[in-house]
Amino acid sequence: MTHATQIVDQMRPPAPAEPGSGVYSNKLGMWVFLASDVMFFTALIGSYIVLRFGMGSAWARPGAVLNVPLTGLNTFLLICSSVSMVKAYAAIADGKKYFLRKIPGKTLQDGGLKFWLLVTIICGAGFVGVQLFEYIKLVGHGFTPTGYREGSLLAEHALADPVKYGAGVAGMYGSTFFTMTGFHGFHVTCGVISMLYLYFTKVLPEKYSPQDYRGIEVIGLYWHFVDLVWIILFTIVYLI
Amino acid sequence: MTSVAHAKPAGGGGAHDAHHAPMSFWRKYIFSTDHKIIGIQFLFVSLFFLLIGGILAMQIRWQLGFPGKPLPGGGILPESMVSGGVILPEYYIQLVTMHGTFMVFFAIMPLLVGVYANFLIPLKLGGHDMAFPRINMWSFWLALLAGLIMLSGFFMPDGAPRAGWTMYAPLSARPDLSGATISQKLWSISIVVLGLSSVMGSVNYITTVINHRAPGMTWFRMPLSVWALFITAILAVLALPVLQGAAIMLLFDQTLGTHFFDPGAGGQPLLWQHLFWFFGHPEVYILILPAMGMVSDIIANGSRKPIFGYHSMVFAIIGIAFLGWIVWGHHMFMSGMNPTLGSTFMVSTLLIAVPSAIKVFNWLGTMWRGNLRFHVPMLNAIGFVSMFTIGGLSGIFMAATPVDIPLHDTQFIVAHLHYVLFGGSLFALFAAIPYWYPKMFGRMMHEGIGKVHFFLTFVFYNMTFFPMHIIGMGGQMRRIYDPTQYDFLKPQQPLNVFISYSAFALFAVQFLFLFNFLWSLKRGKKAPQNPWEDNGMEWSLPNPAPHGNWAPQTPNVYRGPYEFSAPEAGDKDYLPQYTKLPTDRDPVPAPLPATH
Amino acid sequence: MRWWLPDAGSTFAGPIDTLFLAILIITGIALVVVEVGLVTFVIKYRARPGRKAFYTHGSTRAEVIWTAIPAVTMVALGLISNHYWVLMKDKKSIPPNAYHLGVHAKQFEWQVTYPGPDGKLGTSDDFTVRNQLHVTVNEPIAVELTAEDVIHSFFVPEWRVKQDAVPGMHITAWFQATKTGEFEIGCAELCGMGHYKMRARVFVHTPEDYKAWVAQQAAGGTE
Repeated sequence: MTHATQIVDQMRPPAPAEPGSGVYSNKLGMWVFLASDVMFFTALIGSYIVLRFGMGSAWARPGAVLNVPLTGLNTFLLICSSVSMVKAYAAIADGKKYFLRKIPGKTLQDGGLKFWLLVTIICGAGFVGVQLFEYIKLVGHGFTPTGYREGSLLAEHALADPVKYGAGVAGMYGSTFFTMTGFHGFHVTCGVISMLYLYFTKVLPEKYSPQDYRGIEVIGLYWHFVDLVWIILFTIVYLI
Repeated sequence: MTSVAHAKPAGGGGAHDAHHAPMSFWRKYIFSTDHKIIGIQFLFVSLFFLLIGGILAMQIRWQLGFPGKPLPGGGILPESMVSGGVILPEYYIQLVTMHGTFMVFFAIMPLLVGVYANFLIPLKLGGHDMAFPRINMWSFWLALLAGLIMLSGFFMPDGAPRAGWTMYAPLSARPDLSGATISQKLWSISIVVLGLSSVMGSVNYITTVINHRAPGMTWFRMPLSVWALFITAILAVLALPVLQGAAIMLLFDQTLGTHFFDPGAGGQPLLWQHLFWFFGHPEVYILILPAMGMVSDIIANGSRKPIFGYHSMVFAIIGIAFLGWIVWGHHMFMSGMNPTLGSTFMVSTLLIAVPSAIKVFNWLGTMWRGNLRFHVPMLNAIGFVSMFTIGGLSGIFMAATPVDIPLHDTQFIVAHLHYVLFGGSLFALFAAIPYWYPKMFGRMMHEGIGKVHFFLTFVFYNMTFFPMHIIGMGGQMRRIYDPTQYDFLKPQQPLNVFISYSAFALFAVQFLFLFNFLWSLKRGKKAPQNPWEDNGMEWSLPNPAPHGNWAPQTPNVYRGPYEFSAPEAGDKDYLPQYTKLPTDRDPVPAPLPATH
Repeated sequence: MRWWLPDAGSTFAGPIDTLFLAILIITGIALVVVEVGLVTFVIKYRARPGRKAFYTHGSTRAEVIWTAIPAVTMVALGLISNHYWVLMKDKKSIPPNAYHLGVHAKQFEWQVTYPGPDGKLGTSDDFTVRNQLHVTVNEPIAVELTAEDVIHSFFVPEWRVKQDAVPGMHITAWFQATKTGEFEIGCAELCGMGHYKMRARVFVHTPEDYKAWVAQQAAGGTE
């Protein structure tokens, strides 16, 4: 067995074996895990839909309480991080020996993986940072998981314009908002931490190669999932 | 030692096992990534929780049989639970809540899945270990952590949770109305941790079954135990996260003041029920399918015949699992949900009786014209079929919605659930534990004690739970501390007394099993390699099975799992999956899949 | 010692008890088939020296038969059951002339609001009594269930009536009692520490007695 063949075999189910999914186990495992995460968010988002549309009065108008432009920018940041993740994956999969352009005398093992993954991590961390900033602002203005805090700015606004601020249902608004976005943010944070772990243990020491980049592909799947969930959340929580 | 034909090993794969330095005790037995050790760890921990559940049940039966009488030994419990030796109402509802919680989440589920999915799947598929051994190890430690968190509830100042194992809101969300504060929050946390453990385990089981089958182990040559565990894992991976979501919402209602289930602020108590039962119904199929799978293996072995209708059995498992997602509302017929929804759930619930019936008939078909050997596992497996039939049939009464009206939330339901969970799942475990004990520990459990245990358990079990149907028909509600408060229940109290005495006897008999299990670890007869003359892949390995199983090689599979009394077997009445006959061709391993 | 369902006390009991009996017969037959089958096989096919098992993988015909018979039975059961389910639980089935009472469940008592001499619920002559439900025999009664705090469940065994009372919801349950006498409400949903003693007394009166009782209550009586 040559060294190259051995490395190739690590990508796939242990051989010899019956035909399985045709996909190596780490990837299959991540797909299964993502299916479970879909169910988790379905429980939260489904409950939100049932609670919101089961209520007598309307919720706060979009943008009344939440900072839609800032979060829109944040959404863009997360989408960018998905793009950079794809670039990172492509860099290692293609095994380009250069980054951006050929430089004589300089060859890379991983075609820019270090750069693109770092971009992804920074964008991901940035997303969490902006979200934390938004949370602090919201709580400061009086928006909490239980509704508008007594005597706060938002409580005053709600008294003045109960329709725009969904005064009667602020409690439910707060409950669902913080739970859904909070758990999403938690998932993003876990993704950032995982990427950092991979970055220091595998990417910097150049342990990935075009023959074995399973970790990048698997974390990429997770990252795209987290992005997709956010797009759904952003739409139904911020825009509608 | 039976010779096993091996496929030529490829590079990578199980090579690491052959190069292990001798492991320390801690690495080998405590922080092990070996699926077999993890399965055994689950076994010991879950049997402990089964015992806890049983102790709680004894107290419940004491109170129901002898309301107001001091509990023997009650003096050791604090005054907040037991006053002057008499169980208090607030302690009683803790007992029923935690009995259900421990039995469902920390006894039966881990015994069936944590133990046997872990232990059997790689062995029965010809693999070296699970797809992700380290995640597997974490799955065990998280389950143990969850169990300890749940147990700690009893030691909290306000006592354990007490809204029933079903934790209906608003009672569960309002500490001021239930009386349970910290422990109720710990319940939610424990469930979230347990859910993580379950999901991790399931990811392993599913990936291993799909990707890690030895050459020749096609889908329709997998034993039914593996099929059942595989389908169960799919149920678990999709259902547990929903419970986690619900538990988190409940936790937030209690700690952050959110309003998910608080009607005063627009929340909906019924939302909890829908979420809980959307998880809860698949959960009960998680609690029975592995039992059915293992019983199939054991009945085929005991009958010395192939399983009758193997393909039907597979489709029945899939059918039960699929239908199991659309029946959850049958727990909610009286809940106030739209009656039209009730009609739809009635239809789906009645339909799910069909695949279950198919399975029972196929087990009978397997025994028909067999050459029956009544070893302890076979006895318990037959007991399973007998009891599960009663449990399944009693469900039909509640499925018919008008009849559910008098029966819902009475002891009739309690009888039904115990017939399927104890008469079903636990009897299946009494079959599976001695069956695979030799593979786990290299010794046999004592056959004589096992037979006495079976017969006494069977008798006392029916004496305990059959009369519950009758007192349920009479109207005795669930979770009530003292039935004699009601004139319409007083005439039935003698049956409650009878049930309680039977339950005490039933519990006492279980110590025979516990003794047998523990004693045989050191003093059991040394097991021959294939004591049951079975066909499964695992019996080609020595007892106990070694670390790495067949590593560095991979065995070949030549036939299906139930070729008992096949003509090719000659004068033997079994023909293992791994035996190569002169007429057999070696299976061709799959070509390596492409990278993209 | 009771061995069966409680004595029938409402118009629902007839259909429900008949359906119960029908299911008992059907499941009883199935049970006997399976258990007798098991016992017979255990005896007849026990291993003896020189015997061999019959090698077969199954029979498609058998599968079809024992799939079709349960399936057809279940569908029939469903259709019959649904007819009565709609009658008992559907809002549209509540008789228009039903006599409405309010039942408010709270930890741990039943507060029953009566419409008073004018017969209309929600007017000024309504009065509320704790833990006593008085109704007239042979007259459709509609109970409007509400709950104060947690989920409770209104259950009168003889009437075959059970309905959860959920905080935040207003649920109507109807029935028609057929026997006079004294009965009990039991709470059929765990509602806390006092769940076991959330009991109310139920009185089914003749029309005259009921009118008399209402008049007495309106005049400030305490019985």
